[in-house]
Amino acid sequence: MSVNGRSPEAAGEWDPARAQEIIAAWKAVPGAALPMLHALQEAFGYIPDPAVPLIADALVLSRAEVVGVIEFYHDFRREPAGRHVLKVCRAEACQSMGCEALVAHLQERLGIAMGETTPDGALTLETVYCLGNCALSPAVLLDHQLYGRVSPERADALVREVRAEA
Amino acid sequence: MIRVFVPRDAAALSVGAEAVAAAIAREAAAAGREIQLVRNGSRGLFWLEPLVEVETDAGRIAYGPVRPEDVPALFAGGFPETRPGGTAASLYLGPTEEIPYLQCQERLTFARCGVTDPLSVEDYVAHGGLRGLDRALSLSSAEIVEEVTRSGLRGRGGAGFPTGIKWRTVLQQPEGPKYIVCNADEGDSGTFADRMLMEGDPFSLIEGMVIAGLAVGAEQGYVYIRSEYPHAFAAFRQAVEAARAAGWLGDGIRGSEHRFEIDVRLGAGAYICGEETSLLESLEGKRGTIRFKPPLPAIQGLFGRPTVVNNVLSLATVPIILDRGAEFYADFGMGRSRGTMPFQLAGNLRRGGLVEKAFGLTLREAIFEYGGGTASGRPFRAVQVGGPLGAYFPEELLDTPLDYEAFAARGGLLGHGGIVVFDDTVDLARQARFAMEFCAAESCGKCTPCRIGSTRGVEVIEHIMAGRERERNLVLLEDLCEVMTDASLCALGGLTPLPVRSAVRHFPEDFSRPVS
Repeated sequence: MSVNGRSPEAAGEWDPARAQEIIAAWKAVPGAALPMLHALQEAFGYIPDPAVPLIADALVLSRAEVVGVIEFYHDFRREPAGRHVLKVCRAEACQSMGCEALVAHLQERLGIAMGETTPDGALTLETVYCLGNCALSPAVLLDHQLYGRVSPERADALVREVRAEA
Repeated sequence: MIRVFVPRDAAALSVGAEAVAAAIAREAAAAGREIQLVRNGSRGLFWLEPLVEVETDAGRIAYGPVRPEDVPALFAGGFPETRPGGTAASLYLGPTEEIPYLQCQERLTFARCGVTDPLSVEDYVAHGGLRGLDRALSLSSAEIVEEVTRSGLRGRGGAGFPTGIKWRTVLQQPEGPKYIVCNADEGDSGTFADRMLMEGDPFSLIEGMVIAGLAVGAEQGYVYIRSEYPHAFAAFRQAVEAARAAGWLGDGIRGSEHRFEIDVRLGAGAYICGEETSLLESLEGKRGTIRFKPPLPAIQGLFGRPTVVNNVLSLATVPIILDRGAEFYADFGMGRSRGTMPFQLAGNLRRGGLVEKAFGLTLREAIFEYGGGTASGRPFRAVQVGGPLGAYFPEELLDTPLDYEAFAARGGLLGHGGIVVFDDTVDLARQARFAMEFCAAESCGKCTPCRIGSTRGVEVIEHIMAGRERERNLVLLEDLCEVMTDASLCALGGLTPLPVRSAVRHFPEDFSRPVS
């Protein structure tokens, strides 16, 4: 995410040379794994399996250790997401303002469960715990853009907008 | 040229501030009026966002909440030169500083937030910035540590450990690389002060980190910002670049022989990384699992070296302590809780926002006088203070002063100062179950009480909710809470019982409802 200032829409096909370039750029930085993984995910939209041995080599880790790091963090994906990602906050402040009703509405409207992607590949729906917009709940994050006081109608409008782009 | 302020804070943007700024620029150009549009941080009066301000001879005048479609009417009414009449008249809020919510606050850490252009080094200096650093440069390390210790500043991240004592430990370690790590993994629901500060007054955090470096002999700092804050991450990185260009970072800081660098790192979605040892593991590029303590991070922290790990607010408060002196700061507050705390009013409240006050304000004052009661208009029922590991308090405990010890005495914790209000539609059995679910989702897995206990906790609470052997399961839940409290390695497993037990204790009726 914005480690190199690129948007998720720029995500591209697996390209070993590009991956090596990214890995080489971060390799020497102390504690390189997280910035490296962020940069790879930015380039490809997820961490493709063939990247794992390359990262392991560069950081002198076993493949299992690299997979262990990738899987520990909610952000890193081993499969591509939809073209857009809608994260709905389900932490306490948003609960107090009805985020569960919003979640139910979105799941029904989109015909998918949390964590799934719409069949047209436009949108992945995810749970997030706190976006720091707790005075303007319920809050959602659409790609990198934060929205507050999100009623079901406002959520529908956001979804319509990103699906219309495709 | 008349200056018009439209916040670029993420919360203000979340309700349309960008479109408002664009509309103002458009209308001004169309009307041939020259204005300077400043993108400030937020004042923290979120129910009034987007809050637009105009600089006048009589101080700043506020308008809000302004929608993009209100802007033509504002200009038609004479904005920004004169107070608008007509349909836009209702948006006029008068002098910003006289809005009671703001006027009654004691803003020390947040003195500049919302006032200045966050990326303007000139603005920062014009509003008292760098005075703390300049004074620190004239002191010895031990004198800086002494000043911070005497101020009574305690860690604002939640644990409340005295900052000066932590710094002293790091200072006393043998020479060699030492680190200043800023914990900006603000994961507690109901909190947003770190985010506001990094977006609205980032130089105060940078200045605080440089002072911390001088105090303990560290030349490298890391700021670990959670990935759920993409806007703060981008804004803070810009601020670091600006500070470096101004000679506030790098070699020869402010013409001295000192050097200090800051590297900004992005988290990857893990609540546990707000725990300091998990954060260090994550910074080192590993899974964010807890470390055993001892050794303390102050002795063996990042890359095995002595490390100060402080919250954003603790570090950002250091400049004013150095500038105004320890006594000035310690004069605020009550008991062993000295100074001010940026409380965050959140959830089901009419007027959610940031309230920086001396410790000692009561929960009732915060919720009803500042917050204006529930947003839904329904009766108040419960408040959770201190994030997902904080206790749920009922009406009877609302006279508790916001103070570390007063909260601890009532089975709660102040944490990072988040106050989340619920109306009478809340079901505390569901909230207790959520506390366990959250712990299960975010447990690092290192210790059994947290990893397994949280899942068993969800199951036991579900049995209770379903009416299965309620009495026995309540005993079992209490037993489980005791094990988690006593045997977990860190605060996640150790404090998850706080919301659970407080829900059972203060709201027993929610655990004995007839099953429908």
